[in-house]
Amino acid sequence: MRRRQTKHSNKAGALLVFLAIFCRAATAGATEPAGAALSPTNIFAPVSTPAQSIFDLSVLVLMVTASIFVVVFSLLAYAAIKFRKRQSEEGSEPVQVYGSTQLELAWTVIPVLIVVVLFLAAARVIASIQNTAHPGTAIEVTVIGHQFWWEYRYPSLGVVTANELHLPVSDPAHPTPTFLTLLSADTDHSFWVPRLAGKTDLIPNHPNSMWVDPHETGLYLGQCAQYCGTQHAKMLLRIYVQTRDEFDRWIQNQRQAAQPGEAVSEGQRIFERTACINCHAVAGTAANGRFGPDLTHLMSRDTLASGAVANTTENLRRWIQNPAVFKPGSKMPSMGLSDPELNAVTQYLETLR
Amino acid sequence: MSTESVALPLSGASKLPLVEQLHQWMTTVDHKRLGILYILYALVFLIFGGVEATIMRIQLIRPHNDFVSPQVFNRMFTMHGTTMIFFVAMPILFGFANYFIPLMIGARDMAYPRLNAFSFWMTAFGGLLLYFSFVGGDGLYGAGNAPDVGWFAYAPLTSQTFSRGHSTDFWILSLLISGFGSVGTAINIIATILCMRCRGMTLGKMPLFAWLNLVMAGLVVLAVSPLTAAQLMLLVDRYLGGHFFDTQAGGSAVIWMHFFWIFGHPEVYVLVIPAFAFASEIIPVFSRKAIFGYPVMVAATVCIGFIAMSVWAHHMFTVGMSSAANTFFVLSTMAIAVPTGIKIFNWLATMWGGQIHFKTPMLFCVAFLFQFLIAGLTGVMMSAAPFDWQLGNSYFVIAHFHYVIVGGILFALFGAFYYWFPKMSGRMYRESLGRLHFWLFIIGFHLTFDFMHIPGILGMPRRIYTYEPGRGWDIWNLIVTIGVFFQAAGVLVFLANLLWSRFRGELAGSDPWDAWTLEWSTSSPPPPYNFATIPEVRSRRPLWDLKHPEDPDWQYE
Repeated sequence: MRRRQTKHSNKAGALLVFLAIFCRAATAGATEPAGAALSPTNIFAPVSTPAQSIFDLSVLVLMVTASIFVVVFSLLAYAAIKFRKRQSEEGSEPVQVYGSTQLELAWTVIPVLIVVVLFLAAARVIASIQNTAHPGTAIEVTVIGHQFWWEYRYPSLGVVTANELHLPVSDPAHPTPTFLTLLSADTDHSFWVPRLAGKTDLIPNHPNSMWVDPHETGLYLGQCAQYCGTQHAKMLLRIYVQTRDEFDRWIQNQRQAAQPGEAVSEGQRIFERTACINCHAVAGTAANGRFGPDLTHLMSRDTLASGAVANTTENLRRWIQNPAVFKPGSKMPSMGLSDPELNAVTQYLETLR
Repeated sequence: MSTESVALPLSGASKLPLVEQLHQWMTTVDHKRLGILYILYALVFLIFGGVEATIMRIQLIRPHNDFVSPQVFNRMFTMHGTTMIFFVAMPILFGFANYFIPLMIGARDMAYPRLNAFSFWMTAFGGLLLYFSFVGGDGLYGAGNAPDVGWFAYAPLTSQTFSRGHSTDFWILSLLISGFGSVGTAINIIATILCMRCRGMTLGKMPLFAWLNLVMAGLVVLAVSPLTAAQLMLLVDRYLGGHFFDTQAGGSAVIWMHFFWIFGHPEVYVLVIPAFAFASEIIPVFSRKAIFGYPVMVAATVCIGFIAMSVWAHHMFTVGMSSAANTFFVLSTMAIAVPTGIKIFNWLATMWGGQIHFKTPMLFCVAFLFQFLIAGLTGVMMSAAPFDWQLGNSYFVIAHFHYVIVGGILFALFGAFYYWFPKMSGRMYRESLGRLHFWLFIIGFHLTFDFMHIPGILGMPRRIYTYEPGRGWDIWNLIVTIGVFFQAAGVLVFLANLLWSRFRGELAGSDPWDAWTLEWSTSSPPPPYNFATIPEVRSRRPLWDLKHPEDPDWQYE
């Protein structure tokens, strides 16, 4: 008897956890910071229309499934307690019941009705997200997944950058959504920033698209959500949502070519004579490689190695010296530079603002 | 009824020299011995797969841990998934099907005994080939050893460009070979059930176990074939200059996904339907009632079989299908909840009004019902495509399908082990150790897989060898890893119980559970010919009729 009680408290515990998640989920949208405080990548703290419509749908789905759970679990718990074998029943068999058409019809028809409701709700959200018309005010960005970093191109604005995507905030009164065209240079990847939208895969030879319209400024995190090779784990996403003015200033800066000074000409020379420029571009110089991230405005970025570490002098130097320190399996090789060469290249890169 | 057995010329077999005994096991075509071989083989691989899972969980116990390198971690999740699906779950379920289908339908063996042996050895060699990659996978290039492309091996990561060396080849060939074994066994099961039933056992009087395995076998034939085709295409791509999945030359990565998941989703039902079969035998016996709504249970199973073939692309909601395609797969996926729900309610109704004996097999089955209910409900959540755009490929999905495979299938399987162990070994297991196993495992299971849903909701994707601090994932990953050790302890108790009971357990007798299907009418373990005289049945519960001549089932069916 005692054992049976422990068992049910165990089940009750699981139920509590389930409900806790559910309540947390339900309140996350109402008091936005609560959900975001739990995690910067909480799917229940939406700040963009696609994420918001998914959240609204998920509340419905969670309520329906939680109700089903409560009903069926109660029946199971009741049956397990009420109909357990008693001493007095020794030697007898219970009444044999072979079925009941009415009951079986009931537990066929009711689930069918529930399925119809959930299906219609889901179909509506699919259409609202996937079939949205493209307003003229939208920002266009082409996202290209690479092993193991992100390339961003703003074709109409003439900007190419990497790993840190900047977007303008979209005021619901005057929406400026961003439409992303998703491409891949090598294997499959997936673009997932939970607070902005669901994920969409980047598949080579299979262009995809998605859109977001962040309502609040801030930094939104995410990461690659489709296994893409050794360093899939450190292919992080950082989305900077800025006011329109800040965004325009950022674009203005990104369009400038690099202006390295005389003081770092030694570093520039080493950079251009070693294999660095096979993969990296610095606009306005001889470097025009496309296999790795564009470095024209490297210093305008907060992080290195697709979000793996903060962009500090020390980290930059260690990264150039041996990328495997931060990201074993990264496609960037260690160039075997001497200490003076390393210092010169680091100083050169630090002028790329 | 054939309760008597005849003296056998081979009855002194156990006194033969070890080499002779091993030779007999190697060359056996007896369905019971092959069943046991399948099960033992799967238990060995269960330990391999479990060790791989434990390595992953230790690595993820805290952010930026460096217990293993990313390369090793990626091999671990690939090997864990491939091992558990192809070399644990399928063989162990085939083992039970092999052992019990002939016994339950009153036959003396499977329809094709030699095909049966062939199928087992193909599966066995497939598994050995996969693990030989640890030795031979370096190939000429020295790149990688075990496969590291994930168990669904999405193109183009499997192409020569991204996967050098031979690790991916070992993966392809091992699944190709074991696939032949699976199809062979499936054909054998279908032929056995359709052609070998004893007199009086019409399709409508078969135990549900046989019905469910018939549907499972049909799904295996339909689902494994596309996988085999895809593996051949991938080999052509890798070695003969084909471009099926070579995206650089106009091939399609998405076609691989379709091929894989049109195998991969029915595969889930290939695994879970036998678990339903165990529950459908165990729950009635321990509730002392006939199964509730036998015809509807059969219809629901067949229905699940058909719908299972039309839901595969719900694994692909994020690959950019049209809204129409997404909507279709939402509907088909949600539809499968209806027959599955019917089954849960019918099991509940079987317990309702019964006298439930909470022996170890029933404990596992009740836990199976509870966990399968939750697994089904999280499945409904993800069947709503937009919700899946958030949850897909996150730890929520990992938690969901481990709830199905561990919480559902493995729990039912443990129930089956304890239920049929007396029949297979002739001895009873230790009830106290069985209960200890149950409690350790259920605590470990819930610690691990309940809490694994949360990091998924908080944005943690699967297959990452490490993660950033400050995402709110740390504490949940710690709890999840702690649960693993409870589960491992439970499995050790289980193995100890099996070993101890095999040699020291009390003699079980032919019918320790007072059960109703034909396997309990013969001795434990059954003689090689199963039945001295082939039985004849009049209802679904022939032994009930025998034990209750005043109130036989055939008056009602």
